[in-house]
Amino acid sequence: MAISPEPGAARSAVRSLSERVDLRARAAGPVERLIEASLLACGVVSILTTVGILSVLAGETWAFFAEVSLWDFLTDTEWTPLFAEKHFGIAPLLVGTLLTSTIAISVALPLGLIAAIYLSEFANPTTRAVLKPMLELLAGIPTIVYGYFALVTITPALQLVIPGLAGFNALGAGIVMGIMIMPMISSLCEDALYAVPQVLREGAYGLGASRLATIFQVVLPAARSGVLAAVTLAISRAVGETMIVAIAAGQQPRLTIDPRVPVETMTAYIVQISMGDTPAGTLEYRTIFAVGSTLFLITFIMNLISQRLASGYRASG
Amino acid sequence: MTLPPPSPSTREQLTASRSGSKLLERAFLVLCWICVFTPLLLLLYLVGETVLKGMERLSWDFLTSYPSRKPERAGIMAGLVGSVALIGLAASMALPLGVGAAVYLEEYGGRSRLARIIEVNIANLAGVPSVIYGLLGLGIFVRFLDLGRSLFAGAATLALLVLPVVIISSREAMRTVPDTLREAAYGLGATRWQVIRSIVLPQALPGILTGSILAVSRAMGETAPLVVVGALTFITFLPDGLSSPFTALPIQIFNWVSRPQAGFEINAAAGITVLLATLLTMNAGAIWIRHRAQRRL
Repeated sequence: MAISPEPGAARSAVRSLSERVDLRARAAGPVERLIEASLLACGVVSILTTVGILSVLAGETWAFFAEVSLWDFLTDTEWTPLFAEKHFGIAPLLVGTLLTSTIAISVALPLGLIAAIYLSEFANPTTRAVLKPMLELLAGIPTIVYGYFALVTITPALQLVIPGLAGFNALGAGIVMGIMIMPMISSLCEDALYAVPQVLREGAYGLGASRLATIFQVVLPAARSGVLAAVTLAISRAVGETMIVAIAAGQQPRLTIDPRVPVETMTAYIVQISMGDTPAGTLEYRTIFAVGSTLFLITFIMNLISQRLASGYRASG
Repeated sequence: MTLPPPSPSTREQLTASRSGSKLLERAFLVLCWICVFTPLLLLLYLVGETVLKGMERLSWDFLTSYPSRKPERAGIMAGLVGSVALIGLAASMALPLGVGAAVYLEEYGGRSRLARIIEVNIANLAGVPSVIYGLLGLGIFVRFLDLGRSLFAGAATLALLVLPVVIISSREAMRTVPDTLREAAYGLGATRWQVIRSIVLPQALPGILTGSILAVSRAMGETAPLVVVGALTFITFLPDGLSSPFTALPIQIFNWVSRPQAGFEINAAAGITVLLATLLTMNAGAIWIRHRAQRRL
């Protein structure tokens, strides 16, 4: 192809080339289109998964509320579906879940945030490269193993300090869950801190600010929405966490905020019923879907809030 | 991001904290180290204690025995074989689907509406608690498709659970393939699929493998969805087909943890040791693949 100084000629040359390439692509048409369709089908499986989750939860929950009134579900203070005198108030399970999650977050947030500040603002690249995978190791341990730790080691150790701590309790389970969630908070917060433009730090230093003042008065406020996104996501994870609480927090739905006694979370209830042989179509079987729907709704809203907050800082950062 | 210019009061505020800042900074650094190392050392202690306790029971007999009512005669054979079968089946479903979906989103979908919907959907699925996937498996595979509480139902549930992880990590791997390589191939007249098959996938393979191993090792430790789908806790036979009842290593551990006798606690510790050793091997494999790929580039 001759190189022409005239832009018009070059453009037409490119056009004719692209037409030729297009022709070739069209020649391989049917096979290519079949491949694209089957790849798309793989993607559609994920949509079907969501449709499956929603329809299973909605179907069985609908059947549940045909027998139990929504009002009772929301206002009754007892959850006793297995007893002769049945009560279907979600409150004890909800409070149990919030209790263990609150304990977990109050352990994970300070640890995770300070670790993130250290990794993003102080640690040199080598230290970071060593510490980050080590912290991620914490998140890679299966939850069943954490449950065992909570029940067999942490709770007996806590019992030495806290008299009256039951063998199954929200405290031990919550603390262990906090350790499990900590790496998630630290990694997300670190991303948020990292996204804060360097000029802000330099501006603060230029005004004579110390390193700590820069971090706490400039960098952290600027990373606020990212940190909040991390915390919201962590709450969602804690609410949905199952095996630690099923093993170590107990199976007694109880409307209490006392961390020393056995409670039952929504997830632990689902596991408890699933361990038994529950025939489909019974009210007992449907309770786990009603509880599952509640759990799904809470985690979904939390995830949504977290995504909004995160996209906010990404857009402005 | 734009900030208003610093007012004089901001300046005072910032410089006021300068006095004694060196000492404060050092104190804060100590706090940092405490926050980083307390969880790590605690984990090290917990794992160490558990492995030491588990070593008491760990033997060839433990690996090759079925569950028993006597802790010293019980073993993890059924759980181990069940886990391997579950993971193998789940991977053979999730990997083709996940990589396929990732290829579609990265190479075909572009900015199309459907691709956007799939993308948002995957992000949301990744945040759904695993126990909810158990309810999905129970409702769809066990009841609706009438597969019963079978090995296949368990594996399919795990496959759907790890699918978002496989898709997300495969997409990241494909994104690291430079666009210049794709353009060069297109320039030579390759079709889209030819570019994907001979350029993108081979280049992204180490990344895809690493992500897949991590996803599969996550499935290996999952307990809650399998409990909900209906894994059994006391099985004295090995699965002989897709419709066979099943158990898994974490389920076996859960069962032992739930029993009050001290003997079973030792069994649980031994089971955990085997589980952690398996996961460590898988993760080491993933790191090795990544390392080899980086050296080659």
